[in-house]
Amino acid sequence: MTSSLVMRGMIGFYIFLFFAYLFGPLVVMGITAFNSPSYPQAFPFESFTLDWFVKLWNDRAMMEGLTNSIIIGLGVVAVSVPAGLAASIIMNQIYHRARGLFYLVTVSPLLTPGVIIGISTVIFWKDVLGVSDVTKALFYNGITLAILGQSSFVSAYCLLIFMARLTRFDRAQEEAALDLGASYPQVFWHILLPFLKPAIVSAVVIGFLSSFENYNTTTFAILADKTLVTVLAGQVRQGTTPALSALAVIIIGISLLGAIVYEVLKRREQSRAEQAQRRAKLAERTEVGAAQPATSTA
Amino acid sequence: MSSRLVVIAIPFVVIAIFWLMARYEASRRHDPTHKGYFERNGMVLGIAFIALVALWALFLVVLPYLYMVVESFHPTLRPVERGGPKDVLTIAQYQSFFMAPTGDGWNTTHMGAFLFSIIASIAVTALNFAICYPLAFYMAQSGTPQKVRLILLALIVPYWVNEILRAFSLRLLLASKGLINQLLMGSGLTDAPVDFLGINVGLYVGLSYAYLLVMIFPLYNAIESLDKNQIEAARDLGAPWWRIHKDIVIPYAKPGIASGCTMVFMLAAGSLAAPQFLGGPRTLWFTSVIYNFFFQAFNWARGAAYAFLLLAACILFVMLMLRLFKVSLGETIK
Repeated sequence: MTSSLVMRGMIGFYIFLFFAYLFGPLVVMGITAFNSPSYPQAFPFESFTLDWFVKLWNDRAMMEGLTNSIIIGLGVVAVSVPAGLAASIIMNQIYHRARGLFYLVTVSPLLTPGVIIGISTVIFWKDVLGVSDVTKALFYNGITLAILGQSSFVSAYCLLIFMARLTRFDRAQEEAALDLGASYPQVFWHILLPFLKPAIVSAVVIGFLSSFENYNTTTFAILADKTLVTVLAGQVRQGTTPALSALAVIIIGISLLGAIVYEVLKRREQSRAEQAQRRAKLAERTEVGAAQPATSTA
Repeated sequence: MSSRLVVIAIPFVVIAIFWLMARYEASRRHDPTHKGYFERNGMVLGIAFIALVALWALFLVVLPYLYMVVESFHPTLRPVERGGPKDVLTIAQYQSFFMAPTGDGWNTTHMGAFLFSIIASIAVTALNFAICYPLAFYMAQSGTPQKVRLILLALIVPYWVNEILRAFSLRLLLASKGLINQLLMGSGLTDAPVDFLGINVGLYVGLSYAYLLVMIFPLYNAIESLDKNQIEAARDLGAPWWRIHKDIVIPYAKPGIASGCTMVFMLAAGSLAAPQFLGGPRTLWFTSVIYNFFFQAFNWARGAAYAFLLLAACILFVMLMLRLFKVSLGETIK
C-alpha cells in the first residue's frame, strides 16, 4: 500500500519536473516581456510595461518578414496538399515493383536534414531558372525558392496524412457508386474527396504551420529575402531584446486560443457523431421492425 | 555542363524501365478486367495526378539531390567559369575534408566538427529517450483518458512557439546574467556566474528541449497498443518492474523507439538554430561549417560536398537503427 503511494508520488513528481522543463523557459521569457529593463530579465521585476509590444509593432523588418512568411505558407499549402493527395492515390495504383522505390523517394525529405533540402533546392533551381533572363528575373527569388524547398517535405507530411486516412476507406462505397453508373472521376469528386475532407483540413493546417516555423531549409532558400523566422534568427544572433519575448507571448497566446478552440470543436464533433450514431441505430431498429411484419405476411 | 545534364536523365531512365516492365507484365498475363491508369482516373485527373507527383518527386526531391551531389564533384569556380574548360569532375572538395589546406596532415577542424556533431547528437538522442520513456509509458499504460488528453495538449502547446524563440528562452535562463546564475549566486553556491553556454550545456539542453516531442509521440503510440494484460501477467508472476520494461515493454515498442531515435538524431545532427544560438564560442557544429561555406566563403561546391557527407552519415545511422531494432522503414515513418 505504502509502496504504491510512494510510486504514485514519484510519478507525480516526475511529471511535474517534465512540465517544469517544458514550460519553465517559456514562462521566464513571458515575464521578461513585461519587465522594463532593456536586457530581458525576469528577476528582479522592476516595473510593468507594454513598451516591448509597441516596439515589436513598429519593427519594419519583422512585419515584412511576417508578410513573406504568410505568402510562402499559402504557396506551400497550394503546392503540397494537391501533390500529397495525388501521390497517395498513385501509391495504390502504381506498378507494384516500383511502389517501394516510390515510397522511399516521397518520404525521403522527412529523413533528410533541412539544411540539405535548402542547399540542394538553391543549387538546382539557380541553374534551372538561370536558363533565360526572363525566368531568372521572374522566379529566381527567395519567396519562390522557399516555397519549392519547403514543399518537398511538407508534401511528404501531407502524403502520410492522406495515406493514413485512405487505409480506412471502404472500397465497397466506390464499387457501389460504379455499379450505379458513376464514372471514375465522379467517384473521385463525390465520394473520395468528401471522405478525405478531414485529412485535407489537417494537411492544410499542419502544412501552413510547418512552413511558417521552418528555419533550416528557409535560411538557405530565402536568398536575399526574409521571413519572420529568419528575421528573428538575425536578431537573436545580434543580441537579446525583450521585444522577442513579447513576440513569443503573442505566439503562445494565439496557440493557446487555437488549442482551446480545437478542443471545443473536437468535443462538439464527437457529441454530434455520437448523436448521429444513436439516430442511425434507432432508424435501423424501426426499419427492421417495419420489415418483419411484411415478410411474415408474405 | 554535360555531367550535370546526364544526372537529370537518370530518373527519367528509371521511370522508363519501370514503365516498360509494367507493360511487359500486363501483356503477358492478359487480364480483361484490368483497367488502365487513364481508364481508372479519367484523362484530366490522370494527367493532373501525374503532373503533380512528377513536379514533387522529380523536381523537388530527386533532381535537386542528384544535382547537389554532382555539384560537389566540381571545383570551386566563379560564376563566369561554370561550363568552361576548368569545369571538370574532381574529388578535391572531399579531399579537403580530410586533408589540411596546406597539403600536409589532417584537416582536424572539419573532421572534429563532424565527429563532435555526430557524437553529441547520439548523446542527445539517448538523453531524450531517457527523459521521454517514463512519461510515454505513464500516458500509454496508467493515465486516465482525461489526464492523457490534458498532457497531450500541454505537450503540443509549447511546440507552437518556433525553434528560434525556444532557443532564445533557454538563453535567457542560461546566460551569465540569466535566471539560473542569479539563483546560484543569490543562494551562495557560486561566487562567479557559471558559463553554461561556453561549456556547451546550453547546446545539449537546447537540442534536447527542441526535440522532446519528436521522441515522445512515437514512443507513446507504440506503447499504447500494448495489451495491459501482458504487464499484469508478468507482475502476477513476480517479475520486478525493470524486468517488465526490459522483456515486455521495450521489445514491443521497438518500432516506436527506432522511429523516435532516428528522428531525434537526424534533427539534432542537422540542426542549425541550437548550435548557432546556444553553442559556445569555440564550438563548431557541422551544419555551421556548411552554413559558413555558403554565406561567408561563397564556396557552394565545398558546401555541397559537406552537405552530402552529412546526408551519408544520416543515412548510415538510419540503416543502423533499422538493423539494430529489426524494423522496416515503413514502420518507422508514421
